[in-house]
Amino acid sequence: MKAFRIFTAGLAGLVLAASAHAAGDAKHPHAPEDGWPFEGVTGQFDQASLQRGYQVYKEVCSSCHSMKLMSYRNLGEPGGPFYDPEYPNPNDNPYVKALAAQNEILSPTPNDIGEFDYRPATPADTFRSPYPNVNAARAANNGAAPPDLSVITKARHGGASYIYSLLSGYPDQDAFVEREVDGETVSYIDMSKLGGHGEEHAEGLLKVNPGQYYNPYMAGDTTPNYLGDPRHAPPGGFLAMPPQLIEGRVEFTDGTPATVEQMAHDVAQFLAWAGEPKQTKRKSLGLAVMVYLGILTILLWFSYKRIWRNVEH
Amino acid sequence: MSGHESSYTPTNAFTKWLDSRLPLVRFAQDTAINFPTPKNLNYWYTFGGILAVCLVIQIVTGVILAMHYEASVDGAFASVERIMRDVPFGWLLRYIHANGASMFFLAVYIHMFRGLYYGSYKAPREILWILGCVIYLLMMGTAFLGYMLPWGQMSYHGSNVITGLFGAIPLVGESIQTWLMGGPSIGNQTLQRFFALHYLLPFMIAGAVVLHVWALHVPGNNNPTGVEVQDVKKDTVPFHPYYTVKDAFAIVIFLIMFAVFVFYAPNVLGHADNYVEANPLVTPSHIVPEWYLLPFYAILRAITFDLGPIPAKLLGVIFMFAAIAVLFILPWLDTSKVKSMRYRPVAKQFFFGFVAVCLLLGWCGAANPDDAVIPALQGEAKLVVSYNDGNGGEATSEYKGGSEAYVDARRFMEGLPEDANASISAVPAPTFAFRHLSLILTFCYFGFFVLLFFLGLTEKPKELPESIHKSVLKRHKDADAAATPAE
Repeated sequence: MKAFRIFTAGLAGLVLAASAHAAGDAKHPHAPEDGWPFEGVTGQFDQASLQRGYQVYKEVCSSCHSMKLMSYRNLGEPGGPFYDPEYPNPNDNPYVKALAAQNEILSPTPNDIGEFDYRPATPADTFRSPYPNVNAARAANNGAAPPDLSVITKARHGGASYIYSLLSGYPDQDAFVEREVDGETVSYIDMSKLGGHGEEHAEGLLKVNPGQYYNPYMAGDTTPNYLGDPRHAPPGGFLAMPPQLIEGRVEFTDGTPATVEQMAHDVAQFLAWAGEPKQTKRKSLGLAVMVYLGILTILLWFSYKRIWRNVEH
Repeated sequence: MSGHESSYTPTNAFTKWLDSRLPLVRFAQDTAINFPTPKNLNYWYTFGGILAVCLVIQIVTGVILAMHYEASVDGAFASVERIMRDVPFGWLLRYIHANGASMFFLAVYIHMFRGLYYGSYKAPREILWILGCVIYLLMMGTAFLGYMLPWGQMSYHGSNVITGLFGAIPLVGESIQTWLMGGPSIGNQTLQRFFALHYLLPFMIAGAVVLHVWALHVPGNNNPTGVEVQDVKKDTVPFHPYYTVKDAFAIVIFLIMFAVFVFYAPNVLGHADNYVEANPLVTPSHIVPEWYLLPFYAILRAITFDLGPIPAKLLGVIFMFAAIAVLFILPWLDTSKVKSMRYRPVAKQFFFGFVAVCLLLGWCGAANPDDAVIPALQGEAKLVVSYNDGNGGEATSEYKGGSEAYVDARRFMEGLPEDANASISAVPAPTFAFRHLSLILTFCYFGFFVLLFFLGLTEKPKELPESIHKSVLKRHKDADAAATPAE
């Protein structure tokens, strides 16, 4: 009977774990080698990395991706990339003001004569969106609207590790081969040349359609494009975003060398912060709550023992 | 027990005045302070109090969230995020509310299994049990409605699946579905009515809880022996302070677990897709409800065959609703005179089996129905080459085995003429998939209730203790005899 109960308890755990299980047949995302500083019970964001991450977002991502849930003032809030304890109200932070003013936006409110004009953004404004609406975004990007990045780390299995793996996981240029098929040049990826993370994988060629880019971390299905045993089609899928982070694409203001991994790491950390700016506060409050509940448990246990001491039960 | 003498005596002029007009203090005193409660209740009996706390938490956080929420298809998703970002401690409120739903269900499932194990549904507590089932049904409704409100991908497509269930009802199904959605498809009007109902139902739950507690206080608590109270002095203790302190201890332990989720893993019980704003044109690859509805989802999907004139979809819906409906008639399904399964050696085994069946159904509900239960036992997929046979017909050729099968298939394809238009695909080997397991478990689920009917007629129960008091003394004597310190 006891074994049965343990079995049942184990099942309960299994069911809980299974209910949060991942879908899709992509490669499992991995964190950078030394992990993420914001993970764990006492994790904190690395402010310098957040600042570099904002720079990558601003100079690279923001030309196609919106972040509609973010305002410039968020950048100067406690825990944010440009938080300055001298300016508890981020709207007063001159650095944040300057960052906001770099962006010209269409004012969301009419001016004195009822017209909407362009003006530099203020900290109270939301991040400038690259396209006026989703149709424009779709039209400008071969029919695939770039997703909003505000909560992207919460919207993908693997969170920041997914962003990091995806951005730094595109195949190298030398894995590509071109062949003439029926008078047209078709691009293929030679899977045997693909550097994996310690796992041997498929050989053979993967056909890459124009405007599509293969990434092993993207959820999808490569079978129709794989010229090989369909039972061993490579993991991952195709997306409409070409590899963006090319070495040196950004010149970091703090002098950090802009390697692909560094840029991917910083922008993933920035997006993890933007997805939930209050997460470090959540964890620190959690610690206080745990201590409080722990003390209360002890007090109640002894109260219970004392009240019931003369009752057989 | 309502039969117990009221021991309240008003002490001052005001309470005397009040007592002869509205005996509020007397009522509180009799139901929450002096209420005689069996002295042998274990920790499984603390979940009633835990559930009351859960309901209060959900209502309080929910009312505040509603002050900031915007029920419109254009604003709902952003307003939920705005709560998390800009409302002071909004992130805390929302995470408590979202995880609170899971905690509520966790507690209610334990509470129900406890009632099942100790026979708390049997005379004279049938109404108490049925009211509990009503509360559970209302909870499922409330949870489903609430899951729609963040207007994420899973919210939208999950609602589509559930409202679609009503569409399976013959003749009137489509009209009911349209009536529920407020239109031909899910849209702004659906979100608004779901929000209104999500606000309403918790108060209906609260009303049902009042009746539930009333129905508890007439016959009094059941207890682990299932033997009714015979001597109030010997068998019971007043609810306060004995059970207030015990419940409080259990509640705080429960809150610690609750807080671990809220503060350290607030999204682990949810689904990543629900942080993608609803898009009717993009269907998630894998639609699943929240974990607490997975067993019923598994039953729904387990039925993949037509039964005479009843199509599979309708049959699945019937089975799913029957899985809940069967709980309502449980007091009359179980024929045993003995309440507690402590004294029912055979039924006890089946009870634990039933718990395992429910958990496994939850596992099936989360899985893709066509996936292998044990992937290691699934053989290698076979390769199928499809081509035109030259006479305008389609032909296929199959290859089994490892990499040599692929080489063979390739060679065969190369041997075909140009216009054969050959293509190759992998077909997974037949295996024991989750939909098979779900079907077996569905029959086990219903089988348990049928079994309770026959088991009660044939099972020979163990000897029952004479009274609660004696059972407690006996346990202590046994413990002393074994020379272990009494707990």
